[in-house]
Amino acid sequence: MFSNWKRAGVKIALVLAVGIVFWWGCSGKKEMAGSGDAASKVYVAPGSYDEFYAFLSGGFSGQVAAYGLPSGRLLRVIPVFAVNPENGYGYSEETKGMFNSTHGFIPWDDSHHPELSKTDDVPDGRWLFINSNNTPRIARIDLSTFRTAEILEIPNSGGNHASPFATENTEYVVAATRFSVPIPDRDVPINSFKENFKGTLTFVKVDQTSGNMDIAFQILAPGFDYDLSHAGKGPSSGWFFFSTYNTEQAHTLLEINASQKDKDFILAVNWKKAEEYVKQGKAKDWDGEYYHNVFNESTQMAESNLKKGVKMLIPSECPGLLYLMPCPKSPHGADVDPSGEYIVGGGKLATVIPVFSFSKMQKAIEAKAFDGEVEGIPVLKYDEVIAGEVKEPGLGPLHTEFDGKGFAYTSHFVSSEIVKWKIGTWEVVDRMPAYYSIGHLMIPGGDSRQPWGKYVLAMNKITKDRYLPTGPELNQSAQLIDITGDKMKLLLDFPTVGEPHYAQGIAAELVTKHQKKIFDINENKHPHVTKSEKDARVERKGNEVRVYMTAARSHFSPDNIEGIKVGDVVYFHVTNLEQDWDIAHGFAIKGGDNAELLLMPGETLTYRWTPKKAGIYPFYCTDFCSALHQEMQGYIRVSAANANVPISFGTGK
Amino acid sequence: MKTRIMFVALLITSVMLWSCGEASGENAKQPVKTGANAGAGSNAAKSNPSGLNTFQLEHGVGPITAELKLAAVNATLAKTGEKIFETKCFSCHRLDDRYVGPPLREVTKRRKPEYVVNMILNPDEMIKKHPDAKKLLAEYMTPMTFQNVTKDEAMAILEYFRYSAEQKKK
Repeated sequence: MFSNWKRAGVKIALVLAVGIVFWWGCSGKKEMAGSGDAASKVYVAPGSYDEFYAFLSGGFSGQVAAYGLPSGRLLRVIPVFAVNPENGYGYSEETKGMFNSTHGFIPWDDSHHPELSKTDDVPDGRWLFINSNNTPRIARIDLSTFRTAEILEIPNSGGNHASPFATENTEYVVAATRFSVPIPDRDVPINSFKENFKGTLTFVKVDQTSGNMDIAFQILAPGFDYDLSHAGKGPSSGWFFFSTYNTEQAHTLLEINASQKDKDFILAVNWKKAEEYVKQGKAKDWDGEYYHNVFNESTQMAESNLKKGVKMLIPSECPGLLYLMPCPKSPHGADVDPSGEYIVGGGKLATVIPVFSFSKMQKAIEAKAFDGEVEGIPVLKYDEVIAGEVKEPGLGPLHTEFDGKGFAYTSHFVSSEIVKWKIGTWEVVDRMPAYYSIGHLMIPGGDSRQPWGKYVLAMNKITKDRYLPTGPELNQSAQLIDITGDKMKLLLDFPTVGEPHYAQGIAAELVTKHQKKIFDINENKHPHVTKSEKDARVERKGNEVRVYMTAARSHFSPDNIEGIKVGDVVYFHVTNLEQDWDIAHGFAIKGGDNAELLLMPGETLTYRWTPKKAGIYPFYCTDFCSALHQEMQGYIRVSAANANVPISFGTGK
Repeated sequence: MKTRIMFVALLITSVMLWSCGEASGENAKQPVKTGANAGAGSNAAKSNPSGLNTFQLEHGVGPITAELKLAAVNATLAKTGEKIFETKCFSCHRLDDRYVGPPLREVTKRRKPEYVVNMILNPDEMIKKHPDAKKLLAEYMTPMTFQNVTKDEAMAILEYFRYSAEQKKK
């Protein structure tokens, strides 16, 4: 009886298993590559280069990831707003200063929107800017080294979301606060929001030679949430457009309370006028402390300065500075088409995609076609500024980019699709499902005057079953889509780092042409550089010990050190003397409560160490550098605090 | 049971063979990669296995393609060369001792000056192509790399070697 049941059980299990497999195969109708020739379109032969760089923000990873397109190959993760023990960024004495803020040392942030520097509104491959959303800052990455060169804190801001979009020639990058807060910040009841909370729009000047940023001026704006932005171009040159939501000014349960009104606003800023007002002395001197951290490539050291005070423009005292364009509903994207005439609002909760006309806006301003005002800022009549609406585009339109051939591509989060529509007729011409729940999308140069309209990259929020599962936590997914034909074609899926919010793409040669391969040792002005193995040494001053160490394949010098004592503060100033591309060395000490150092050719980095116990401490090179890499090691002798062991050191003797 | 296992084994083998055949079929379509020197073409290149011509065998491969006209040793230039040597070369080379690489006091007695300069300026190609440089790599195992020196700097380093060769060992 029992065995019969058992046999039957096995049969049932088998039938069930087959059923499940069939069912899974059926219900899991996953979209595979959309067209037969997809593989060949994304195949970049071994040793060959991709056509485009794509820079995707890392979101909650705080970093930026660089990929090649069309292959989707991950080229490099650039550490920006999060410390990176992998190479010592944020741990080495040289890089710690990059994380200074008025809130102290901040080891993490949430990076959202990369923005390439531009010349004549075309990406030029010099720098990449990116915002941190949590503790308001903007970073500049030098694309000759793929390193964070500068981090500027934004004062008088609650969270830097609408940032760091750039003007046509990168004269400014902007930073508008997501959270309105008391400006300046102070202790007030939260329910005094309407009375006390304000937004700010910050204009950050960029030096065209060094790339260095500084705050030029701020504009005190109504207490809304500022979401995204883009600068005008061509005819709309001199203007900036910011999307706003929570114009209801709710401070709790925003998902309901900030979704009450049918329309929020696109805020248009005449920044040329702002410059004039500042020049005329109309800006007020406001409090506002902020850190400005610049990595000096010559001294190879972060220079961190606390700055005080900003110039603040008050809109009610500056006529013609700001205008509000009603925009349905809780808009995300504020995207300007390549001609500069159209501004597309991506209303998350809207049933249409509204497209505003810059020329109509100018006429409406001239004719004073206002529909009231908010805090002295005129509200333009919707009908007087709208060029057209894309009807029934999909659910949850978020963000739009352009192909330069007369079409726009809008991501739709709720209906999980990209919708292609025609500029001028506003008709939907194609749809492409996204797997799953797309946030932003990116066409290389697709927010510029001259898009490279070959691909659109979807950055999806939900991954589910697209890859081999990795437990409950899955990497976000990107999808590459061919947009050269009438119909979009899905080419490729690839997993990403962190949570990409937005991305920038650029023709590879604009970046490769000024790549740095090494740091010239002759230009190394680090205060503790050791330029020859001859000068390698150990110096004691009280309980401070400085080790001037060199690294070259395949030894450190010195590699035997004695005379260190418990209680000492030891600085290992390690210089990589190699001068050939990609000959890196690493440095790590047993028990060191610090991250390792990774040293590129010609670079000096410093490892701070406070040994706690007497004994022998091995150290070694962590980056496989040569056939004798495993021999690249040494010993440090640590003696008791009261020992009489003198400092001694050597290599090979 | 045995036959079933045999059958499965056969099946696996045939699948392997089939995929193998596929792979070699793919490979056959790839153009045959030729040596970097193929077609570079002098008669000398064809007559010795390294593919280098007579000049290259004696004077090395690199930017120096004709004999250098050298004056008497210039001590000032040698001093400049010593400074460059200390930063760019000293972690691997000593004058009198074997270190990461060979001792160099008498390098100008072993090698033509053009060879020395080509080795400094073009080590990557030298250790791939020149029979003597290849032998040294096999002995020392750490490949010499370009240390980002200009031709003028390489000439100064050469002068330092010529100068050192005249000095006694310390």
